Amino acid sequence: MKKWFMLILVGKDQPGIVAQITRALYEGECNLGEASMVRLGGNFTVMLMVQFAGDEQALDHLVGPICKSFNLRHHVDSIEGELLHHVEPDVRITVYGADRAGIVAEATGTLAEKGFNILNLESDVGGTAEDPIYIMTIEGVAEQGIEILEEALTKLAQDQGLETQLEPIDTLIG
Amino acid sequence: MAVLDILIYPDPRLKQVSKPVEQFDDALRAFVRNLEETLEAGPGGVGIAAPQVGRFERIVIVDVSCKPKIKHHGRLVLINPEITSREGTVIGREGCLSVPDYTGNVARAKFITLRARDEFGKAHEFHMERYEARAVQHEMDHLDGLLLLDRLVSRRDLFRRQVKESSPAKPHPE
Repeated sequence: MKKWFMLILVGKDQPGIVAQITRALYEGECNLGEASMVRLGGNFTVMLMVQFAGDEQALDHLVGPICKSFNLRHHVDSIEGELLHHVEPDVRITVYGADRAGIVAEATGTLAEKGFNILNLESDVGGTAEDPIYIMTIEGVAEQGIEILEEALTKLAQDQGLETQLEPIDTLIG
Repeated sequence: MAVLDILIYPDPRLKQVSKPVEQFDDALRAFVRNLEETLEAGPGGVGIAAPQVGRFERIVIVDVSCKPKIKHHGRLVLINPEITSREGTVIGREGCLSVPDYTGNVARAKFITLRARDEFGKAHEFHMERYEARAVQHEMDHLDGLLLLDRLVSRRDLFRRQVKESSPAKPHPE
């Protein structure tokens, strides 16, 4: 009986990381599930669902040599693998402004208070070295409705000097 | 009347190109009624295309009248549909009766002009926008063997387009 694990990898970005890690997993009789792989500030980061018959230690040994060769840190956790039960977001929120500490905490704190459940969050730092800007896009479920979120975001924008946008996601099924 | 079975990807038949309808007869109209019934039986669908039920002819039904506060033309049976003009681009989230438990962001023309025949062979022209135009483009893709999976856009693209979309400089072509 194969169980699900979350494999997390972090290291300096170099070509070939994904190919070699996934080849080792495939040859080790793993099946892959959903994944997020993204370059963040020059680091390559992987979160990968892996289905495997062995235990955490055996999976650790499977990827260990490749992690060593790429100088990647890695971590394995046993998880519940719940595939084919996606929760659909109904709101997309964008928050951006001059970069400073606290934007994410203020924005997500405001949203959480108003019943918003985050499903995806991506953020980037753009602009210039002198004047960096912070850009965050969030998708989630407005469990207490959209109006209450709109009000809260308008106030957040005024109080914190940020730009905010809220867009309902009306998924078309065809 | 009957609810027809919906083909589910990876069924390869979903990737084939459908042929134009030549006979506007009782058999066609009976099929259209079954296709309507199949659309109504599905969970929240606003459109369906004949190839989704294994009939490879250029027939789609679109009905977005259940969505509040949008412009639409009610229930439309569109046979041998052709888009004669497109204007603007807008990204929206789509799912598909033939691709369960998956939704993705897809770029579509914001405004379209559409020519199609009804089930009696009468020619019509429609000017459509936004959600209804999206539904028609989604369903017409099925006639050419295309799924939303063939048109996915990245989330980073989404942010850029969203900002562009909300800028005031966009003229309305009508």
